[in-house]
Amino acid sequence: MGVSGEVLKLEYDIVAEDFSSAGEASSGVKKTMKTLGISPEVIRKVAIAMYEAEINAVIHADGGKAYVTISPEKVEVVIEDRGPGIPNIDQAMQAGWSTAPENIREMGFGAGMGLPNMKRYTDEMFVESTVGVGTKVTLIVYIS
Amino acid sequence: MEKYYHSVILDKELCMGCTNCIKKCPTEAIRVQQGKAKILNEKCIDCGECIRTCPYKAKIAQTDSWSLMENYKYKIALPAPSLYMQFDLKYTRVQILAAIKKLGFDYIYEVARGADIVTKASNLYIEKHKEDMPFISSACPAVVRLLRVRFPELLTRLMPMESPMEVSAANARREFCKMHNVSPEEVGVFFISPCAAKITSVKAPLVISKSNVDGVFGIKTVYPKLLRVLSKIDTSEVKLQATNGGVGWAVSGGEAVALNTENIISVDGIQNVVHVFEELEDGKLDDVDFIEASACTGGCLGGPLTVENLYVAKNRFRRYEEIRKEDIKPIDESEMTNIQFDKYPEYVDITTLDSDITVAMRKLREMNEIYKQLPALDCGACGSPSCRALAEDIVRGKANIESCIFVLRSRVRELAKEMMELEGLMPPVMEGHIVPEELKDDN
Repeated sequence: MGVSGEVLKLEYDIVAEDFSSAGEASSGVKKTMKTLGISPEVIRKVAIAMYEAEINAVIHADGGKAYVTISPEKVEVVIEDRGPGIPNIDQAMQAGWSTAPENIREMGFGAGMGLPNMKRYTDEMFVESTVGVGTKVTLIVYIS
Repeated sequence: MEKYYHSVILDKELCMGCTNCIKKCPTEAIRVQQGKAKILNEKCIDCGECIRTCPYKAKIAQTDSWSLMENYKYKIALPAPSLYMQFDLKYTRVQILAAIKKLGFDYIYEVARGADIVTKASNLYIEKHKEDMPFISSACPAVVRLLRVRFPELLTRLMPMESPMEVSAANARREFCKMHNVSPEEVGVFFISPCAAKITSVKAPLVISKSNVDGVFGIKTVYPKLLRVLSKIDTSEVKLQATNGGVGWAVSGGEAVALNTENIISVDGIQNVVHVFEELEDGKLDDVDFIEASACTGGCLGGPLTVENLYVAKNRFRRYEEIRKEDIKPIDESEMTNIQFDKYPEYVDITTLDSDITVAMRKLREMNEIYKQLPALDCGACGSPSCRALAEDIVRGKANIESCIFVLRSRVRELAKEMMELEGLMPPVMEGHIVPEELKDDN
């Protein structure tokens, strides 16, 4: 498929500590992808990875923003927060590593599978983080 | 067979063109046009929600006529498990079965036995395919159709078992033909159904090539006929064929009871089913073993063709006398043959705006622009279920923006304003002409 100028940009607010609306951004993106006729496999990958990233912003940071860019070639999701930042990204990428506090774990979150799952369901993934400033996670899934 | 068969149809005479049904439809498959509701064939899943919702009884289920029985030399009845609980507890299951026979049937096969058989086969299947869990029950045909149009990724999660109705129909015909040495074509098999979706699954099956059922009657059609004969009935020849577990499939949660796992979600009511499937689609329910989903609230007992209040009926089932397993003929291997289906239903895409993604993106952007002009009240007065649905209809070329009464009103207002302004102007040659300020200076 040739390079096309056509891209679709979506933006969502992720509200802090709001578990009842957590997942709304990823579910909105899912609906959009369906109307674009993107294959069910790609939709599933994006939805799962994005949901994990969204929940992370809810649990660890004071919420944040999700920026989604859809082109005929790929879906790119950027989740930005102004939370505490990740001191050691390599460690955080390990399955089971978690810094989630007890009250969050009691709610069934914080099993340490967030980042590893994001990696598993995306084609490319970048994590940029500065302690005390915030974290930016970029998730890319290719369509074709 | 036409491309889209639907058992749920509209009685145009009765339809008032109100918007009750369009708001309740889980797949947004109804529009109101020219004063009448219109069911969109490709979107409708025959769940029957509109039959329940319509205040004018204009939505009906196309059941077969009773006289269809005359086409067959021998007649078999398949009562759905939900039939029994329609009757007061003073009538036992045995009495109800005997009454059905009296209506002109030669043989009765309880679909509850089919349910017992499917339960047994499902347990064996789960044992062998643990890694593919969670499975979704394939018993409710409206749920299967919902998956087909909205959740393509989940289609292969369906438990690949034919429904208890189909299993019962095949077994009933085989047993009867063997017992009486007659050929299968001479036998008509009739299902007594709580819902419209079952009719659709008989007339246009998805996972098998041809249904074993020859006709479907609604419970509400058969109910009065049974009431008339129930009090004077001879039960000496009738034997129960199914356990309470099989009968329990009529109630949401009942299918799960006899499965060899407790890690089960039982969800009922089509909107609730959608929410659970969304979570499953997102990978949030991967640790669950089985999902029992029924389109109707309460399960089949809440079906649109039942007569008794769901909660009254549920209470009756709770009070049923326990049937000892020893009193039921054990399930034989031969009854479980060929009940697994090997063809999953195929995805029917009703969502995509265009097969070319760049065109789809352009249409989506257009749709969002149109949506911004709409009042976001979701009033339904345009005939589409929501402002978003109208925006989509417009982009698809099936409606125009003036369908919105608020947009239309503001257009009329603008036009009126413009007319008033024009009305105030006089040409220079006429009395009353006002020379504009800037032109005055020129003189």
